Amino acid sequence: MAKVVVFIEQREGKAKKASYELVAASAAAGNETHAVIIGDGIAGLANEAAQFGANKVHLVQDPGLKMYLGEAYSRALTAAIKSLNPEIVLAAHTPMGKELLPTVSVMVDGALASDCTSIAFSGGKLQLRRPIYSGKATAEVEFTGTGLQMATVRPNSIGLPKPDTSKTADASSISVDLSGLKTKILDVVKGTSARPDVTEASIVVSGGRSLKSADNFKILEDLADTVGAAVGASRAAVDAGYRPHRDQVGQTGKVVSPACYIACGISGAIQHLAGMRTSKVIVAINSDPQAPIFQIADYAIVGDLFQVVPALTNEFKKLKE
Amino acid sequence: MNLYVCIKQVPDTETKIKLNADSSGIDSAGIKWIMSSYDEYGVEEALRIKEKTPGATVTAISAGPDRVVETLRTALAMGADNAIHVELPETADSAMTAKAIAMTLKKEPKVDLVFFGKEALDDGAAQVPQLVAAHLGIPSVTVVCGVEYSGTTMKCKREIEGGSFEMVEITAPAVVAGSKGLNDPRYATLPNIMKAKKKEVKAVKLAEIGVSSADQKVRMKNLQLPAAKQAGKKIEGDAGAQAHALAAALHNEAKVV
Ligand SMILES: Cc1cc2nc3c(=O)[nH]c(=O)nc-3n(C[C@H](O)[C@H](O)[C@H](O)COP(=O)(O)OP(=O)(O)OC[C@H]3O[C@@H](n4cnc5c(N)ncnc54)[C@H](O)[C@@H]3O)c2cc1C
Ligand SMILES: Cc1cc2nc3c(=O)[nH]c(=O)nc-3n(C[C@H](O)[C@H](O)[C@H](O)COP(=O)(O)OP(=O)(O)OC[C@H]3O[C@@H](n4cnc5c(N)ncnc54)[C@H](O)[C@@H]3O)c2cc1C
Repeated sequence: MAKVVVFIEQREGKAKKASYELVAASAAAGNETHAVIIGDGIAGLANEAAQFGANKVHLVQDPGLKMYLGEAYSRALTAAIKSLNPEIVLAAHTPMGKELLPTVSVMVDGALASDCTSIAFSGGKLQLRRPIYSGKATAEVEFTGTGLQMATVRPNSIGLPKPDTSKTADASSISVDLSGLKTKILDVVKGTSARPDVTEASIVVSGGRSLKSADNFKILEDLADTVGAAVGASRAAVDAGYRPHRDQVGQTGKVVSPACYIACGISGAIQHLAGMRTSKVIVAINSDPQAPIFQIADYAIVGDLFQVVPALTNEFKKLKE
Repeated sequence: MNLYVCIKQVPDTETKIKLNADSSGIDSAGIKWIMSSYDEYGVEEALRIKEKTPGATVTAISAGPDRVVETLRTALAMGADNAIHVELPETADSAMTAKAIAMTLKKEPKVDLVFFGKEALDDGAAQVPQLVAAHLGIPSVTVVCGVEYSGTTMKCKREIEGGSFEMVEITAPAVVAGSKGLNDPRYATLPNIMKAKKKEVKAVKLAEIGVSSADQKVRMKNLQLPAAKQAGKKIEGDAGAQAHALAAALHNEAKVV
């Protein structure tokens, strides 16, 4: 059993599922689990954290923390860690968590393992594995010292249990000094897509060069929308201008680890596999039975995506009814 | 103005990885090494500032074994003025790498801006830029895909999830970690590649900057290649039958839909 701090990431008062995955995993292992929520007017999230298993919830609130700013949030999380003195600190490996934790690791003199895909607790020690060489191999990460252990964990690596909605939080506050900041958050320019982000969605539907146009991606969007999935793309599709770069999956794009990855008309180049290999269930739809993507597919459909994808959309709709 | 850019040498993306005998690392025979692609944005950004700023210099820094000198020469060929090779063992982690870079920078007369890539193409830890900034006590902003300069103040466009961006204001001295969109990195021309071969690369030893293996905080062991997957389930029939069988499998068997 260890004392564990989990950083609960929130934007506009909505917490990330990936943070609660960590709370639940820590609590399930019998750890004394402390959730730290940073922001302004976010007290409403405290019960949610408790319902996923946090024994205690700590709020660091300040008008200067309303929007994320690395410099301000690193001070806030550092203040919380210094006041709680845990053995382990966890955060999701997201745009926020991956920027924040390294800075904090220096401020609290911790050791940080980032982008882990497997996590377990044993006798107060973290047991971690992470992909290396762009997902072409994985390695166990071992801490060399006995000090504070910190890790960021890729979303969807653990899975989320059902919350116990009868619970309420044991919440308290921690204060932080934000004077003399050298940086400023001016604005957050919001994306227009209503779909989940490829790195966070539990289902990702991806298309390749074979979609032939931006318009044709509509059939993948329709499929995605029936199951609340994100739409991803190969680099060839992005380079052709069918999708924005932020949707690119692979070594020079996003690394995703959803419960289900549906590759439509994607050949399975080594750089693409680097970005999706850790997906739990992989479906490949490709007209070429020799396509390399089939080597890692759990379900293989040799066929024309322009026929199979709309048919699959209909089947998913039927399942929903 | 003293501009720095940190570059990591990584295996070419086509590289097939083979493990060494005790699975403590990889068999590096035959690997082709390249500059981590996000670092090219850092080099380009530093060069563009230099071109607009009389008297500015660009210094490229890479930490690693002797082979990284070759990647430093690529930066010199792109237009960097100086290069520093920090002699670091291959097994160093992000913490030791960052400490070595930070201590090297502390020995420099003045540091205005330090550019990085948002994450290394091979290990993708996304740690070194923030760690270096924290050691130097200067602010950092990462995943920057656009910068507007006014004097020493920069308005950085930082990519986050969902196609959204944070606009962050930061003033030099600072660390900026670049990403796709920041600029279009130039290619080195043949004459410049030839010239770069003759330029001096300064070597820095860890003992000179007070860094040692005690600065290593994590170690990787028991490397594994992805388990060879069992052949997947092939779903036959016409498109309608395939779609029906797949939906049923994902719902009932895999339970993901
Ligand atoms: C440095 C570097 C970095 C890279 N980074 C990435 C990266 O991050 N992500 C990435 O994806 N790639 C990356 N690549 C590119 C990668 O090597 C491949 O070129 C790319 O992934 C191919 O995309 P694709 O599968 O869409 O296209 P192709 O390889 O052209 O494959 C198209 C596939 O569609 C199938 N097909 C055609 N018509 C149909 C149809 N009607 N129905 C069903 N199937 C059909 C074909 O059989 C084929 O398998 C990188 C390359 C380099 C050199
Ligand atoms: C055989 C082998 C064993 C390894 N063992 C370990 C280990 O035990 N523990 C461990 O943590 N890692 C290990 N590594 C991984 C690796 O050496 C370090 O993690 C790495 O040097 C730091 O890079 P990063 O992926 O953390 O960089 P990131 O933080 O992802 O890189 C971001 C940016 O920082 C800069 N940068 C990163 N590295 C350098 C560099 N060396 N020189 C100049 N700029 C740089 C670049 O601008 C880069 O774009 C091993 C690697 C090999 C090949």
